[in-house]
Amino acid sequence: MGVPILTQGECLIASVQDALSDAELRDLQQRLAEQVGARGVRGVVIDVTVLDVIDSFATRTLSTIAYAVKLRGAEVVIVGIQPEVAFAMVQLGLTLEGVSTALNLDEGMALLRRTRSS
Amino acid sequence: MHDEEHVVIAGDADIVTARARAKSTAAALGFSRTDQTVVAAAVSEIARNIVVYAGQGDIILRPRQGDGRWGLMVVARDEGPGIPDVGRALTDGYSTGGSLGVGLPGARRLMDGLEIESEVGRGTTVTMLKWGDRFA
Repeated sequence: MGVPILTQGECLIASVQDALSDAELRDLQQRLAEQVGARGVRGVVIDVTVLDVIDSFATRTLSTIAYAVKLRGAEVVIVGIQPEVAFAMVQLGLTLEGVSTALNLDEGMALLRRTRSS
Repeated sequence: MHDEEHVVIAGDADIVTARARAKSTAAALGFSRTDQTVVAAAVSEIARNIVVYAGQGDIILRPRQGDGRWGLMVVARDEGPGIPDVGRALTDGYSTGGSLGVGLPGARRLMDGLEIESEVGRGTTVTMLKWGDRFA
């Protein structure tokens, strides 16, 4: 099953519900890129709270999504990276450089509002 | 006693299975949440290497009893093309598969030990070990 993408005002919220295979991550990347253009979206929040592992492929895909969305004129915020997941990412040598992150969905939405009004 | 687990890797959906089984096995051995995640992340990288470079292989999760603590040995085997230069494959940023090149060096940092046996044209076996906390 794919990741559901909800619309809230000018924002999209992609809320990951379960562990993601590489194919499901690529599918998310594809659908977000399409929907950002189709709906005049200004911001995208990707909620990864349920992910218990973010490995190199997931990191690379999330970075690609963030950059592609930015080129389409919108901003991405990744929210909900768990503490132990963050620790393992650092040990693996993975970075989400240039990608905004926030603690949870509310903080992510607040960050997008601040980015747009500034 | 804890049983050995065996996960067949034949496609990218099996990577998800392998990391879930690694995590649950580590949890059953009493590993901390952080160590469960660390093992799952290392297994994810190694499983993906099998899919990308060899197409198929398998992963064995083998509990080991150490000096007052449990350890988890992970053996990942494939009969793929092999790694011509193991030293280079363990270097950050080196990849022949179009990836970030963090898989093997990253997994080595996550685990307490990692060894690679590889023969070009015959396949690769990666053996990794992570120790849990000492019994109270």
